[in-house]
Formats: sequence, structure tokens, C-alpha cells
Amino acid sequence: MHLDFTTYLIVSVIKDVIFLGALLTIVAYTVWLERKVVGHMQNRWGPTRVGPFGLLQPLADGLKFIFKEDLIPANVYKPLFIAAPMMSLFFALLSVSVIPIGNNIDFTLNGTAYQIPLQITDLNIGLLVILGVTSLGVYGIALAGWSSNSKYSLLGSLRASAQMVSYEIALGLSLIGVLIFSGSFSLREIVNSQAHGHWNIWYRGQFIAFFVYLTAAFAETNRIPFDLPEAETELVAGYHTEYSSMKFAMFFMAEYANMVTVGSLATLLFLGGWDGPMFGPPVLQAILPVVYFLAKMGCFLFLYIWIRGTLPRFRYDQLMAFGWKVLLPIAIANVIVTSFFTALLS
Amino acid sequence: MHLALFLIFGCICVAAAVNLLVQRHPINSALSLIVVMGSLAVLYLLLGAEFVAAIQVIVYAGAIMVLFVFVIMLLNAGVEEHTHGSKVAMRFGAPGAVLFVIAVVAALLRRGPDEMLPIGAMYGSPEAIGHLLFKDFLLPFEVTSVLILIAIMGAVVLARREN
Repeated sequence: MHLDFTTYLIVSVIKDVIFLGALLTIVAYTVWLERKVVGHMQNRWGPTRVGPFGLLQPLADGLKFIFKEDLIPANVYKPLFIAAPMMSLFFALLSVSVIPIGNNIDFTLNGTAYQIPLQITDLNIGLLVILGVTSLGVYGIALAGWSSNSKYSLLGSLRASAQMVSYEIALGLSLIGVLIFSGSFSLREIVNSQAHGHWNIWYRGQFIAFFVYLTAAFAETNRIPFDLPEAETELVAGYHTEYSSMKFAMFFMAEYANMVTVGSLATLLFLGGWDGPMFGPPVLQAILPVVYFLAKMGCFLFLYIWIRGTLPRFRYDQLMAFGWKVLLPIAIANVIVTSFFTALLS
Repeated sequence: MHLALFLIFGCICVAAAVNLLVQRHPINSALSLIVVMGSLAVLYLLLGAEFVAAIQVIVYAGAIMVLFVFVIMLLNAGVEEHTHGSKVAMRFGAPGAVLFVIAVVAALLRRGPDEMLPIGAMYGSPEAIGHLLFKDFLLPFEVTSVLILIAIMGAVVLARREN
């Protein structure tokens, strides 16, 4: 049954707090995981001093960021310089609002049946909302570089905006194959259409789309091998050269939150979301989907780190040529082939 | 609830549009335009046209305005100087604006409350738009895409250096 307005409000606020808290915790521990894994890949230990296995390192880093002096260079354009990191983080955190992490939870309390979806809100344009929010995320980076009034920052943000606009097209096209099968933009519907192991990646032959999506998403999040906007050998630190303290931390958090969004989307669209073998008592059956979802998403976070430890950086002209001349045609071909076979078989 | 949201975002939209004209720096004007696009998207959403709202954000606020900002950043355009207004604008612009407002108000008043759509009654679901684009208006839709393709090719030809 439907909840009345007050209950709905309370449930929504609780869900918001839980989702945001979980996202920020995942972000903090992805940073820890990255330092640890890259450390081991390079025959180092990574953080070990703070807590067992360095597990309290994110906490120490957070405190360090908060207590650092917040420098604002003399020649920056102040309003935008301050607003840019906030915009970056705001749009990065906003996309979690439509991501579902598991089945609806059904329970009966005082004789009334309640149904609580494990998602802040289920929109029938959920996927489009995420695409829109990530496309707005460019502004944080673009304005940061421009308002810093420094060559390196400006070059970094010019690279970032050109790169993100270019790869957005391939990314959008790679999702059309999935949408043909689900017939809906709602992320919950998309997952439901892949139930019982009928994951898009193999059952509907969307593995090419999957790799196009993953490559384009790496470029969208400015991660290695596409981290040209912050190429430290050429641009000091790119768009966030002039930032320090919490403002820098906001860019950092936004980058990792975007990685989480990319991992979640890849899981929901191609790997069946929370689909997996179900067993055990009802309580376990309620928890298992969330565990499957988080495990799949965690694999993508690990992949990000793994690739960072493995691949060198592209040259800028290679990056642009790859986006427009390789990824885009592959994505278009995938759309044509998928729709052709769907029309043929239906 | 709907009415309150409509008023809030309508005011934001108009305020940002005025700010767009008043600001001297191109980047501030561009940012105001983004706010206008964003609040228009919310107004579409209130009307029930959720697909149009999402496309408004993705295409206008997310892609076209990024290119605007990109070009402003690339050219490093500085603060613009205000001129004292042109005579053409005074002679034709002001009466034109007044006429336009009168025409819109007259059109709205003539329709009366019965013919107006209530909030949320527009059908703007992805399915409805898809049927319109790919069934009822297939030819105009495809012709437009060819037109855009020709425009892109024209831009490439014009931008290419003579050798």
C-alpha cells in the first residue's frame, strides 16, 4: 500500500541519509583501496600506520584536509573559484538519488503491508537523469580551470570539457542496445528485464556495448588512461592546480563518487543489477541482492584501480581520434546490429 | 505544491534571464543562460513532460552550453563595455517588445480557463514522443537530421584551411 505523506517524508529522509553516508564511506575506502592495491602492484605496502592495515587512513586524511589552510590565490575569479568544487561534488552526489541497490522490501507492521524500495526515488526517466547530471558535472571542472586564472588550470579544464563532451556521445549510444530490450528508462525496470541470469552482457550480446560504455565512462571520469585533464607531467595538476584543503578534497570526492556511479550503472545495465542465486531464510533473501549489487560494483572499482596500475596515459590527439573514429562508429554499429536482430526475431 | 514550485522556478527563470542581459562578463551571462535552461527543464517536468525535461538538461544545459563556455574560455573573452544603446533598438525594439507582450497576453486571455491544460496533463512520456517522432512525423524528423548533417559538413568545409 502507499505510505501517507509524513511516513513517506520520514522514510525518504532516512534513505537519503543512509545512501549518502554509504556513498561517502565507499568513496573514502575506495581511496584507501586504491593506495593499497596500487602499492602492492608496485611492490610497496601502501598505508599501514593508521589503524590495522591502514584502515583508519581515510579518517586521518579527512582530518588533514579539514585543518589545512584554505588558500585562495590573489588573481582568481572568486565567486566561481569557490563555487566550482561545490558544483562538481553536488552533481557527483546527485546521481545516487535514482540508483536502485536491491529489490523492494516487503513487510507487515501492525497488520498493514508496507513496501519500501531500496532506492531514493524510482523515476521512469532514471537513466536520463543520470546522463543529465553527469553532463552538468563538466561545469565544475571547466569553471575551476577558468576561474583559477592560471595556464595549467585552463589547459586542464579545456581538455576536460572537450574530452567529456566527445565521449558522452559514445557513452549515450552504447546504452541504446540495453534500452531496446528493457523498453524503459527506469533503472529498476532495466534490472527486472534481466532477471534470472538473462544479463544483457551475454544473453542479449551487449558485450561490445559494455566495453564501449566502460571505455567512454573511464574518459568521462578523467581516470587513467584518459586522465589528460590532470596530467601531472605536463600540467602540474591540471584543473585543480590552484586548489588546496577542502576545496581540493571536494574535487577528489567528486571523482571517486563518479567512479561509484559508473560502476553502479555498469552493474545495473549490463550485469543484471542485484540478480544472482537466491537461497536461505527470508532475511538472507532480503540482504543477498544488495550484497550481489555491491560486489559487482566493487569489481568495477577494483578494475579502475587495476587499470591505473597498468596502463600509461594516452596522448591528447590519440584520445580524441580514439573517441571519434573508433568508439563512436562501434557504438553506432552496435545500435544498428542490435535493432536489426531484434526486428528480425520479434 | 505544484503551484509553489511553478512560481519559484518561473521567478528563477526570469531573474536569470534578466541577469543574462545585465552581466558584463560573457561567462556570467553564459552561466545565467544555463540557469534559465535548468529552470525551464523543471517547468517542463511540472507540466508532465519528463522526457522533454531530461533532454532539455542533457542537450541544452549539458552539451550546447558546455560548448558556449568552452569557446568563451578558449578565446579568453574579457569584460564587455556597455554602449549607450543603438537607435535601431530604441525605435523598433521597444515597441516590438510591447507588441509581443500584448499579443501573448491577448492570446492567453482569449483562450479562457477551460481550454488551458491543467498542470501535469501534458503527455510527454518517452513512448509518446517516440511515437510522434518515428511514426507521425517521421519524414520531417529525418529531413531535419539531414539538414543538420549538411550544416555540419558546411561548417567543416568553411573551417578547413586553404592549402
